[in-house]
Amino acid sequence: MSQVVDAPVPVEVELRPAARLDMRRAVRLGLSGGVAMVLVCAIGMVAAFQPRMLIDPILPMGTFFLYLLPLIFGWTASQPPPTLEGFEPAKTGARNILAGALAGVLGGLCVGLLLIVITTWDLRGVFINLSPQLAEIISFGLPVAAAIPVIALVAGVVGALGGAIHLLSPRPRRATMSALAWVLVFSLFTDIFGQLFDALSLDFVIDFLYTGRGGALTIAGALVLFAVFFAFYWWLGGRESTLRQRVQAMPAGRRSRWQIGAAVIILVILYFVPRIMGPFVSQILVTAGIYLLMALGLNIVVGYAGLLDLGYVAFFAVGAYSTAILTSPQSPAFSPEISVLASIPFVMIAAAIAGILVATPVIRMRGDYLAIVTLGFGEIARILLNSEWLAPYFGGAQGITNIPDLQIGPITFSTPQDYFYPVFLFVVLAAYITYAVQNSRWGRAWMAMREDESVAEAMGINIVTAKLSAFVVGAILASFGGTLFASQIGSVFPHTFDIVVSITVLVIIIVGGMGSVPGVVLGAIVLIVLPNLLREFSEYQFLFYGVLLIVMMLKRPEGFIPSRRRAQELHAEELSQDAWLEIYGEKGLEEKVPEGTT
Amino acid sequence: MTEAATVDARPARRATRITPVSIFLWALRIAALAIILYGSYLSISSGRLTASQWRDLFVFGISTGSVYALIALGYTMVYGVLRFINFAHGEVFMVGAMMAFYVANALAATTLWTSSPVISLLIVLVAAMATSTSVAVIVERIAYRPLRGAPRLIPLITSIGASFTIQYLVRGLVGPSTKAFPRVESLRGTTEIFGLVILKSQVVVIAAALVMMTGLYLFVEKTRTGKSMRAVAEDPETAALMGIDVDRTIVKVFAVGGAMAGVAGALWGLVFPSLNFFSGFLPGIKAFTAAVLGGIGNIVGAMLGGVSLGIFESVGPSLVLAGYEIPAFSQLKDVVAYAALVLVLIFRPTGILGERLAEERT
Repeated sequence: MSQVVDAPVPVEVELRPAARLDMRRAVRLGLSGGVAMVLVCAIGMVAAFQPRMLIDPILPMGTFFLYLLPLIFGWTASQPPPTLEGFEPAKTGARNILAGALAGVLGGLCVGLLLIVITTWDLRGVFINLSPQLAEIISFGLPVAAAIPVIALVAGVVGALGGAIHLLSPRPRRATMSALAWVLVFSLFTDIFGQLFDALSLDFVIDFLYTGRGGALTIAGALVLFAVFFAFYWWLGGRESTLRQRVQAMPAGRRSRWQIGAAVIILVILYFVPRIMGPFVSQILVTAGIYLLMALGLNIVVGYAGLLDLGYVAFFAVGAYSTAILTSPQSPAFSPEISVLASIPFVMIAAAIAGILVATPVIRMRGDYLAIVTLGFGEIARILLNSEWLAPYFGGAQGITNIPDLQIGPITFSTPQDYFYPVFLFVVLAAYITYAVQNSRWGRAWMAMREDESVAEAMGINIVTAKLSAFVVGAILASFGGTLFASQIGSVFPHTFDIVVSITVLVIIIVGGMGSVPGVVLGAIVLIVLPNLLREFSEYQFLFYGVLLIVMMLKRPEGFIPSRRRAQELHAEELSQDAWLEIYGEKGLEEKVPEGTT
Repeated sequence: MTEAATVDARPARRATRITPVSIFLWALRIAALAIILYGSYLSISSGRLTASQWRDLFVFGISTGSVYALIALGYTMVYGVLRFINFAHGEVFMVGAMMAFYVANALAATTLWTSSPVISLLIVLVAAMATSTSVAVIVERIAYRPLRGAPRLIPLITSIGASFTIQYLVRGLVGPSTKAFPRVESLRGTTEIFGLVILKSQVVVIAAALVMMTGLYLFVEKTRTGKSMRAVAEDPETAALMGIDVDRTIVKVFAVGGAMAGVAGALWGLVFPSLNFFSGFLPGIKAFTAAVLGGIGNIVGAMLGGVSLGIFESVGPSLVLAGYEIPAFSQLKDVVAYAALVLVLIFRPTGILGERLAEERT
């Protein structure tokens, strides 16, 4: 609802005081945050994470995740209202801390209530995770009567800290938050850092930071890490803008030389990554690379062309199964047993045909119907691959096994470490295609179609070819992923090609930023690498994806690294006008400024 | 654009466009029709199933179809008002079914379950309705209300997120195991109605669904609230100008849709006594198909669509697939449902009765 706001406030008019922080909102947020805390306990996350220590004697992971929530909603509750034209910027002060503490205490009381419930009744017949063990964890081992004030106090203090973040000026705030984030990264991914320091033969660093290989951070280690990163970001905070200016001021030739240098360094590091990190991490990176390949493909279909494809996994399946049929001696009906490399052109043809077959019927279809139809196609493909009927061709539920390894010339790729390189190569190729196509005739046609199909058609864009080409390019990229997947795993089974794969790929591009290549890369790293590295987390992976989808759509629909055009589209100017009207519009400017913000 | 202009524009457009795409679509249409007709001919002429077996399949189709119809009401009402597919509605249904399972399980341990099954079933029904209604309203509040006026795909994506969130929350809360709904002793066996021998549980399902749907129809057509719902569906801005609180009406739409899904969840336990956290997905998709089949946005259409889809799904595999002597054709039951979904969306997106939303509202 965009409305034209007349009579902009003239410059010389005295600024009105900003609205004060709304305490009712803090109460609301505290209670909803409390419900979230109770749910986190009740789904078993806290108890599952508890055995893992983050910082050795004082901070187990379960407690950390539980009290991360009051930090977040304490921060949200004390967020100053946006500065509006004609008003002073909101002042921060004790009220922010108070709002955060209030929200935190309310959240803590909800957990206290849960504690009473668990200790009074045995509800494990229904809620399997409400165990005495959970009560032990959330009560800090105290008796119930003593535990409740302690929980409320801890949550209140954490909430107040969340509120206090707003009091810091930007430079120390950034330094603190970044340093805390790095401490968290060091404590969560101890295996990785263990491997890394081991490979660099820096054993004394491990001995100092961690309680042992794969163990938790020591208190001293955590403090030192915090100090180091704080100092670094403090230093960077003062210089970042000048650094950026210096890079911009460089002559073009020198800048490109610097860029090439940086690229070479990154390539060299990447060359050593699988060797240093070992098979476990390499396998995760290969998986992430395959997802990334699919995400780059879906990015073209959804991000550029605006066609929400929920059955994208079908193209992945086409790639995997055509490779399997062409290369495996176990392929039931037709088995030419060519090499994986030689199968790629045929896989591309198969994917292109599949893309056309899916796209043709849906050309004249509205966006949301298209999503459901493609979902139907994806599920039909999976059920047919699984069925007894087509088992003579696709092997049914037993799938196709014995797919050979990828061979390029004399080199055979067999271990996950080996596969890292071809996967990386394909990802670079896909990223290059994505960039190249972005400003081509096709890319511009897709984006025009995404904005408004009828207008695009009226401007002379052929909608039929535009849609078909988007689906075909997306399908081919996904089929590459399928080929790599099939030859790396060595077998294909229908149940792999589930709807959750499509949704995961969708989450990747949404979190990263639709239409933005760096965003998609970041999304794949965050959403595939992190949950796989944190083994405790994998059970809650899809819950996390679901919540992330909602939160991203509500708070940042353009993604973390948005493409410029997409962000403009989603955050038009009228949004800020709407916020302005919402807060001050109803009562009018003449009256006193109301307390409430929404 | 006036009515006359749209009417005039159409024949001209049809006449000028014989593109490869439309040829492809026609070929698809003819092929689908030929496959269905020839398969039915083969299987009827083979005489594999007797008339009474066909009738059983048909009645089973009606009873599952009436459950689909109840779920479809939620899709169709929300689509009518907000113009987006509430992907999480299948999960609203699943949550109701879960609640029904736990209440029924608790009641089955008491004497009430055998002594007065009607009262216990009513308790189960009310509990399931209450749960589903609250979940539907909470989802609306958190995930959809802040997105009014956003581009259409954004709430769709949020609803996919909500669907995943609910599924995995339920999985975390009650565990991933499959639950078995307790038997209702007095509903075992068959009964005879109008000379037809029908399973008693199916009679209950069909009757309950009929009662609920009639009630909903009267509610939407006769009451003030129903009138405001129809007004908001027709044109939310004008409705707001006429003094209707649009937000509250939308909440009511979600609540009513959720209640219907809750009833469906409780009835589901009588037809298919097994359920887990993923059980809402397929019925949700099928109910959406039913809603589109009947004409999305149209309440009577959702009922018709649900029942036709149920019959189609239950008779279809034996009728068409068995004709081609496909091994283990019951595995492909869901393919029939998905194929119905795809074909309906491609060839008749306005559905059987859905003339109202044929023109896209801007």
